[in-house]
Amino acid sequence: MDAIIKLAYLVSAILFIFGMKRLQSPATARGGNQLAAIGMLVAVVATLVSKSILTPAQMLAGLVIGGAIGAYMARKVQMTGMPEMVAAFNGFGGIASAVVAGAEIAKLIQNTGTASGEEFYLYTAVTIALSVLIGMVTFTGSFVAFGKLSGKISGNPMHFPGMRLLTILLAVVSIGGLVWMTMGATNYPFEAYTTQALTIEFTEPMIYGAIAVGIAAFILGILLVIPIGGADMPVVVSLLNSYSGLAAAATGFVLNNTSLIVSGALVGASGLILTKIMCDAMNRSLLNVLIGGFGGDSQIESTGLSLEGKSISETSPEDTAILLSYAEKVIFVPGYGMAVAQAQHAVRELGEELQKRGVTVKYAVHPVAGRMPGHMNVLLAEANVPYDELFEMDEINGEFDTCDVSVIIGANDVVNPAARHDKASPIYGMPILNVDHSKTTIVLKRSMRPGYAGIENELFYNSNNRMLFGDAKDSITKVVNEVKAL
Amino acid sequence: MLLDNIIVFTLASLIGFEVISKVPQTLHTPLMSGSNAISGITIVGALIVAGMVGGAWATYLGIGALIFATINVVGGFLVTDRMLQMFKKRD
Repeated sequence: MDAIIKLAYLVSAILFIFGMKRLQSPATARGGNQLAAIGMLVAVVATLVSKSILTPAQMLAGLVIGGAIGAYMARKVQMTGMPEMVAAFNGFGGIASAVVAGAEIAKLIQNTGTASGEEFYLYTAVTIALSVLIGMVTFTGSFVAFGKLSGKISGNPMHFPGMRLLTILLAVVSIGGLVWMTMGATNYPFEAYTTQALTIEFTEPMIYGAIAVGIAAFILGILLVIPIGGADMPVVVSLLNSYSGLAAAATGFVLNNTSLIVSGALVGASGLILTKIMCDAMNRSLLNVLIGGFGGDSQIESTGLSLEGKSISETSPEDTAILLSYAEKVIFVPGYGMAVAQAQHAVRELGEELQKRGVTVKYAVHPVAGRMPGHMNVLLAEANVPYDELFEMDEINGEFDTCDVSVIIGANDVVNPAARHDKASPIYGMPILNVDHSKTTIVLKRSMRPGYAGIENELFYNSNNRMLFGDAKDSITKVVNEVKAL
Repeated sequence: MLLDNIIVFTLASLIGFEVISKVPQTLHTPLMSGSNAISGITIVGALIVAGMVGGAWATYLGIGALIFATINVVGGFLVTDRMLQMFKKRD
């Protein structure tokens, strides 16, 4: 029986791996996701069958309640609300891991004073502590990220005096709690605490230690995310994704369960890769992002570049329509502003109108455009833009030289040429889309307010740049009507 | 046991790095929400502890964990499916 369950876990792990492998192409991705879902089903069924776990009513109740809430959230969410939805689901995964570890402790307490034959290892205490720690940080961190992404709390970096000190203090408390939890198991590290009876000397440190770790981690998760600004959210979301995997893996170590360890490791790896890609795309270290303070309204820095004497030129939807219609090649550059204005459908319509007139239309997507990895791609896919018209930065950067008009919709820092040459600029060295190489650039923007990095964009002052002020959706719709009327 | 677990963890991480580093930028959001659903594998852990003989608290906590993890799994896979459905080639 035990062998069958282990084999079932193996099958589910294989399904996860192949499922993720199929995500390497949009053509096979949907099947891949379904494969992974089947893998999950196999793991759950195998677990239910094993160990006479079933008290059917309770199990069913849990699965039905959770499933109904999950399904409702998944159906209801708007595509523009996807970043916060991912963050919320992440949080649920984190809290689940922490609570499983808590239940493990409850079981140990229950067995105090009895010779239950439970084997207890020093490393059980360590892994329970880690499971609580990572799970809790993931939980509160994810929900703070959820609040920031959904606009329920300010996206600006938040600081208060002594915050860094408090963060360090809480980290120390977490580690202290972990050590405390191991105190009951004073025997040789990896040997079983061969329990005739679990004693109170042993269970007490476990309980209080776990409570200390849990509370410290709860606050720590909040403090780790509030100082991080809106523009850095793609990094945070990826990192939390990685944590939720590590939390599951830690729980797997607690329960000696291979399927948890394998899946947790896969997710942990996936989150770390995304985190690295996001950091590279901003030319910043992970530490630099985590310390935070980047972005928000408060810090408009001088770029060391004199913009005085330069002026911007404004354009109208009519002129834009003419310019676009007679172009040979147009590249759209979407940013977070497109998501806010929900302009993706209008953009697609404009793209199609231009294509009808023989214009080559492409979309250039910067890795950190938006609030999570791949944010723009999802929105444009929602608006029915075929994915083969979407290009990554490295693929398309050479093409701006032959591009007649680049239309920048609500993107700012990722097209700021200062990143290439202005050593004083905070975004210096960040890889950008070379829109300034095209013959003309049109920037759609609400106002002259700087982007999330809080710095001026010299692109706006270039002589071949035109500003089209207003709500992106309104502006694009007007341009579409003008193009149709031509 | 610990050593076995570490071996499994390390190998799985390596496979993860290998497979996932080839996922294109276009699919990064579905990758995230899909892998996030997989991290809801804690559901298995929740089922195990909820079913273990040992007191009301272990059971309550287990059921709580089960609900949270199921939200993560069901919601995660469904939302990923919804997203992936939208990715189309030009016809």
